[in-house]
Amino acid sequence: MADIQQHEHDVIVVGAGGAGLRAAIEARAQGARVGLICKSLLGKAHTVMAEGGAAAALGTVFSEDNWRVHFRDTMRGGKMHNNWRMAQIHAQESPDRVRELEAWGALFDRTPDGRINQRPFGGHTYSRLAHVGDRTGLEMIRVLQDKAVHSGVDVFMECTVVRLPVVDGRAAGALAYWKDSGRFVLFNAGAVVLATGGIGKGWQITSNSWEYTGDGHALACDAGADLIDMEFVQFHPTGMVWPPSVNGILVTEGVRGEGGILTNSTGRRFMFDYVPDMFKGDFADTEKEAQAWVTGDRKKNRRPPELLTRDVVARAITREVKEGRGSPHGGVFLDIATKRDAEYIKKKLPSMYHQFKELAGVDITREPMEVGPTTHYAMGGVKVDAETQEATVPGLYAAGEVAGGMHGANRLGGNSLSDLLVFGRRAGAAAATAARNRKPAPVSDAWVQQVVNEALAPFSRPNGENPYQVQADLQKAMQADAGIVRDKAGLEAALAAVEKLKRRAAGVGVIGSREYNPGWSTALDLRSLLTVSEAVTRAALARTESRGGHTRIDRPDSDPAQERVQYVVHKDGDRLAVRAERQPDLPADLAKLIKDGA
Amino acid sequence: MTARMFQVYRGTRQQGALQEFRVECDEGMVVLDAVHRIQAQQAPDLACRWNCKAGKCGSCSAEINGRPRLMCMTRLSDYPDDRPVTITPMRAFPVIKDLVTDVSWNYEVNRRIPAFQPRKPDFPDGTWRMYQHEVERPQEFRKCIECFLCQDVCHVLRTHHKHAEFMGPAFLTRAAVYETHPLDTADRSQHLKDEGGIGYCNITKCCTEVCPEGIRITDNAIIPLKERVVDRFYDPLRGLLRLIFGKSR
Ligand SMILES: Cc1cc2nc3c(=O)[nH]c(=O)nc-3n(C[C@H](O)[C@H](O)[C@H](O)COP(=O)(O)OP(=O)(O)OC[C@H]3O[C@@H](n4cnc5c(N)ncnc54)[C@H](O)[C@@H]3O)c2cc1C
Ligand code: SF4
Ligand code: SF4
Ligand code: FES
Repeated sequence: MADIQQHEHDVIVVGAGGAGLRAAIEARAQGARVGLICKSLLGKAHTVMAEGGAAAALGTVFSEDNWRVHFRDTMRGGKMHNNWRMAQIHAQESPDRVRELEAWGALFDRTPDGRINQRPFGGHTYSRLAHVGDRTGLEMIRVLQDKAVHSGVDVFMECTVVRLPVVDGRAAGALAYWKDSGRFVLFNAGAVVLATGGIGKGWQITSNSWEYTGDGHALACDAGADLIDMEFVQFHPTGMVWPPSVNGILVTEGVRGEGGILTNSTGRRFMFDYVPDMFKGDFADTEKEAQAWVTGDRKKNRRPPELLTRDVVARAITREVKEGRGSPHGGVFLDIATKRDAEYIKKKLPSMYHQFKELAGVDITREPMEVGPTTHYAMGGVKVDAETQEATVPGLYAAGEVAGGMHGANRLGGNSLSDLLVFGRRAGAAAATAARNRKPAPVSDAWVQQVVNEALAPFSRPNGENPYQVQADLQKAMQADAGIVRDKAGLEAALAAVEKLKRRAAGVGVIGSREYNPGWSTALDLRSLLTVSEAVTRAALARTESRGGHTRIDRPDSDPAQERVQYVVHKDGDRLAVRAERQPDLPADLAKLIKDGA
Repeated sequence: MTARMFQVYRGTRQQGALQEFRVECDEGMVVLDAVHRIQAQQAPDLACRWNCKAGKCGSCSAEINGRPRLMCMTRLSDYPDDRPVTITPMRAFPVIKDLVTDVSWNYEVNRRIPAFQPRKPDFPDGTWRMYQHEVERPQEFRKCIECFLCQDVCHVLRTHHKHAEFMGPAFLTRAAVYETHPLDTADRSQHLKDEGGIGYCNITKCCTEVCPEGIRITDNAIIPLKERVVDRFYDPLRGLLRLIFGKSR
């Protein structure tokens, strides 16, 4: 391969968000030579946008908190569909991972006695989110970024992985192109960690950026790995709805954590009407009690119903709007102005204040915000071993949002940032061990040449269809038929649309040179977007019940028989196929913990 | 919908020029929306960077009518609609293509700043105590989203091209995170003085003016760092006291 640049590392990490950085740091600490690849510049991954905080049972605000309570909250929030072992490891290890960040320089907000402060969030029994105002992700990514750079990790920025070579059944590296030159580069490695984040760009209304095209999901699937839980997409209840140009941009759950309330056009605080049976008794019955919890005693009063899990709140908002009680621009009202004074709001939610002021001309210290659901997070992802994060293809690991299982049918806010740290570290360690004394397997020239030819094909069709149009039509189809409420007919229509779009994607053309060409990148990303869209739709058809983030109006109830069933999407020749697999049941002690309380 | 005119820099490392685009614009649109519309409808190969579209990632830096700004946080309604809006790449860095510049130098500068070194843990369980009033100072500097707009506007880099000698306001701000960190024990004075070239800054405060995060770069980060360097190298007694009694006092 004379004309292609090559690098060799023990471990290659694809993705430089929290999970990828943590994995790289760990693999390096174990002595591996580590390369870290990312699509954007370093420090710009989605993790930087995380606002509310990282959930860990540190017990600094409520000493009664511990891993058992956190585990129980996570499982119940995930509608009992989670990989129980991952939920357990996560709850047990996240306090150490958060404290470790402090040792690396993180500056979390403090309690009066000088420890890490924790804020309340939806679905968490106790105040549990370590945070820095509403820019926790920024703090986290900077700390990890500096740590990684200072530990001697090789960073390759603006470099997009297009395919993973598999040699003799093992992952053997990554084939990528440089954004600036458009040239290809082969990373040979003994082990590969995927940490590419989510899939939210497949929908019209989303809190996610251009990067979230599900590349990691598609790369893994292509390499022969199993994907699980793809039907579970989290629609965050509160995104901005107006003006149109900001539709979907996230409004942190921290607003509700700090006391913000949801009302409809009649002024009713409607969340009181939507408390599901599973959580009856855990939430305040009256506005008075809810308010007392916000401003006063959190031990005697119960939480406001605005802090129900995201799936519940998002469905409630959708219903209010559908039944004609929405706000002028098709959302509902989120009001913190009447609950907290202006100084407090600016201090605790500075970036929300800024965001509404600059982008919508709304002063959240004086007026309510208009909010509605937005595509936010993929619970589903690469099927991994709970201890090592190894995928079903040897030598391939996945951590962070791209991995599935941990969050079950619905993720609790704050559980992602801690997930990145806990499983990023585990993946990095396992990958380093696997790569030890293993010379990267040679990748065949023919394979490289074939992938490169395919990737360059759009340049040979200057009159082909505009890739942006195909992307926009896919987003429209997924939003309409595989969104927050689904049914069989809609999902079948979505699947048919995806099939048609696949054919159109094969005919897209790009103009201009290979250098920093976003049209070309969009064309290449279509492959991943279409793969994940198909996976989501097929899994959503298979799950004939409603559970967590997956709502089927034709199957409105949860079916206990499907609680521990996972729909596994995998490649079968050129097609995607689905099979049902039963997850192991919870061991008796953990099942008892869930039933009786921690 | 109203049509507006834009003049966007198109070009490569070698050459380039402004190109005119006419774009249909809706209420509430920001400059980045207009660029996206141009990409989707007229020039799919128009290069620009962006990620969050909410002023949180610092990717979409450019110069709008000559002023360094985040494209995603600049509303079109701030500009008269009868005149074209000009969008050009940051000037302090070499152009890669169109609105995208080569900012890799910034990452090099950051890598060379001596790393955070905490004092020994306060407690046997490996933890420390820090109070809110102590963390607030470094927290201000931590708001930096690495947009490099301050680097772009600073005359030392923009006009005098002292990239080899001066780390620039963004990384003085980064050094200030650690220098004001209640747990840090490293001494970065030598680095700031020699490699960092802090002496090049003549406190014009242009950097503070463009910072989208409102960090008071000059007053709160650079001036105290300059004082620290002066104490250490030109007033050894005060420098010594500071070393003994801790630097944040
Ligand atoms: C606005 C917003 C707010 C949020 N707030 C919170 C919160 O308060 N608490 C919480 O717990 N969670 C929150 N989340 C969720 C959480 O931030 C994300 O789930 C998490 O950051 C994902 O981290 P990650 O490391 O898996 O991936 P990311 O941080 O998304 O990083 C993905 C990386 O992969 C790279 N990549 C992708 N594809 C490729 C490819 N083909 N080649 C090379 N590189 C590639 C990208 O460049 C990037 O570096 C929020 C999410 C959003 C969008
Ligand atoms: S104050 Fe200093 S760093 Fe800031 S722009 Fe002026 S010279 Fe540059
Ligand atoms: S200090 Fe401000 S202007 Fe400079 S890079 Fe950071 S955020 Fe941007
Ligand atoms: S896109 Fe993130 S700051 Fe503009």
